[in-house]
Amino acid sequence: AGDAFCRDCFRAFYVHKFRAVLGKNRLIFPGEKVLLAWSGGPSSSSMVWQVLEGLSQDSAKRLRFVPGVVYVDEGAACGRSREDRAKTLTDVRQILQTLGFPWPIVTLEEVFALPPSVLRCSAQDPVGTMGTYKVAVDSFLQQQRTLAAEGLRGSPSSAQGEEQPSQPCTQDSQDPVGPPPAAQTEALSQLFNSVKTLTAKEELLQTLRTHLILHVARTHGYSKVMTGDSCTRLAIKLMTCLALGRGAFLAWDTGFSDERHGDVVVVRPMREHTLKEVAFYNRLFAVPSVFTPAVDTKASEKASIHRLMEGFLLRLQAQFPSTVSTVYRTSEKLVKAPRDGCAAGPRCLLCMCSLDVDSADSATAFGAQTQDFSQTPPPTPRAKA
Amino acid sequence: MPAPQCFSCHAARAALRRPRSGQALCGPCFCTAFEAEVLHTVLAGRLLPPGAVVAVGASGGKDSTVLAHVLRELAPQLGVSLRLVAVDEGIGGYRDAALAAVRRQAARWDLPLTVVAYADLFGGWTMDAVARSTAGTGRSRACCTFCGVLRRRALEEGARLVGATHIVTGHNADDMAETVLMNFLRGDAGRLARGGGLGSRGEGGALPRCRPLQLASQKEVVLYAHFRRLDYFSEECVYAPEAFRGHARDLLKLLEAARPSAALDLVHSAERLALAPAARPPPPGACSRCGALASRSLCQACALLDGLQRGQPRLAIGKGRGGRDKEGPPGPLPPPPSDPESAPGPAAGECGAACKERCE
Repeated sequence: AGDAFCRDCFRAFYVHKFRAVLGKNRLIFPGEKVLLAWSGGPSSSSMVWQVLEGLSQDSAKRLRFVPGVVYVDEGAACGRSREDRAKTLTDVRQILQTLGFPWPIVTLEEVFALPPSVLRCSAQDPVGTMGTYKVAVDSFLQQQRTLAAEGLRGSPSSAQGEEQPSQPCTQDSQDPVGPPPAAQTEALSQLFNSVKTLTAKEELLQTLRTHLILHVARTHGYSKVMTGDSCTRLAIKLMTCLALGRGAFLAWDTGFSDERHGDVVVVRPMREHTLKEVAFYNRLFAVPSVFTPAVDTKASEKASIHRLMEGFLLRLQAQFPSTVSTVYRTSEKLVKAPRDGCAAGPRCLLCMCSLDVDSADSATAFGAQTQDFSQTPPPTPRAKA
Repeated sequence: MPAPQCFSCHAARAALRRPRSGQALCGPCFCTAFEAEVLHTVLAGRLLPPGAVVAVGASGGKDSTVLAHVLRELAPQLGVSLRLVAVDEGIGGYRDAALAAVRRQAARWDLPLTVVAYADLFGGWTMDAVARSTAGTGRSRACCTFCGVLRRRALEEGARLVGATHIVTGHNADDMAETVLMNFLRGDAGRLARGGGLGSRGEGGALPRCRPLQLASQKEVVLYAHFRRLDYFSEECVYAPEAFRGHARDLLKLLEAARPSAALDLVHSAERLALAPAARPPPPGACSRCGALASRSLCQACALLDGLQRGQPRLAIGKGRGGRDKEGPPGPLPPPPSDPESAPGPAAGECGAACKERCE
């Protein structure tokens, strides 16, 4: 907005927006365990800070849920060396320790140990429960770096008896003992290197990260995950998903709540804050954050669809200042119903959305992409890079 | 390194690789495949029933030329008859040359041609006059807006003159993709809800319109025209550079470089958008002045012309109702932004303009 704010009014406005988004949607219940997905970047740092302040005793109408913070170390996907990753982790730990919430740190390598059950959408919880516990699967918990069960609220599947953590675990830090086994890092690097385009890499990273965070949430009994996507970021994401052919799922990808994974709901409380506001707030109120290079750091602008959309939207915004908010408003008009009303179809293995394919004989874009009229007997499937 | 064998006939050397599948094909096999795909689109979408009299919007440019040629090839199979309709917007130095190309085509193909001119239909307003009237009244020139709306009306008039039952235009996949991008960037939920199909069924007395080339990418249209040695007109409209569609077009080109299937992916997304019922446009009624299809009391063409006559050319453009309230009672829902630049009938071709019809 083009309004001028003084420092205190800005703070009030900012905090109010955060509360309003949460309150308007009424999805977070008192006492519920909510996992904050923190990437170290400005938006998620701001979100974590807001939660911290909101929980403090002296704030008006304090927030009443039980937070935890998770940080995923994605260094292997970006090809960072061990030393760099360790250095970042030190910075990360420093910040997390001051927070006072439980803070598991996970590495992306743990994705290999995820049980197949993460790919099955479990049934929807009845509304209003304090969170049910999904039965955690053994293989993940038997790993050396297992995040040990906290003393609270019974860990899932105590039938497996995992009291076995090798390191003592305090309430605040559930840190892996050391860097993950080299074999896994290697496997992860190979996986990412085998993906030819940056676009596909970014998508893969997002999918893996989402599944990992959700799994952490499940094993620790969190029923909600909050991500720090800002308004600007969501507008870019909307246009990117559109260009990738995900028009059917925009409401889930960019809406306030994303409940396609069944028991754990992803929530986006920062969606009304623009990146500019976030930047100002972080600077004025000294919110700590950590910069970590990502898969697309220093990539050229034309390297991936994500980068292209980001550059395009931000440039257009300079010329037509309402661009981002217009795109964002459009996203609010999207609903979650599939267009023709048949929701009970098979679901995508990776993103858990109902499949949006047409029969090959139809006169639609999907039909055009999968047919072959060059008179050879079997139609050749198109493979995306 | 020598070109590989044609994937289809295994006889000739391949002349191109199809953008969508990377298949190597020789010229004739590619053309056959292209025609088969257009036929499939028409049949599967049930666009042109047998016995239809089809008015082809012909501008002389590559898309409408290819469209007319392909439909002429397929006409016996489909059981339809064709008429060419060309629109003369009165843009000096551009449209006259294009019309010459259309006349040559009509003669070569032996198809009846009808030319309708803005000057005759709209009380003497040619596009050049409109441009003079709208010059300097905003960030970008608004004349493309007028051109698009008025051309749509002119095409309809021309089609009625020749007794057509359907109108076809040569919009290709790239055009549709650009329209989707534009509609999102402008937040035009109404058009997003309406778009994504293969054309309009023709409500309220308007003729059904469709776009048989909708699923063909622009590259393939150009290649087809090349292999069939078609004669078309390929210069840019004089007013083109200032339209908003240019942004969308640049973006699309970049996206295609990153991922070649981007245009069809965008069309697929648009087909599958689920918008809230409140965001959808109300069912249209009839214009109180000319009886054509209209979402409000006046159809867009009448509203625009009204503005021109009154000397307020931006009257019907942009949000807000301005002086239009005098025309009739406000509708039950807030009017969608009345910017026809992002209508489902996008324009393409070299001009990059926002006008809704083909200007090639």
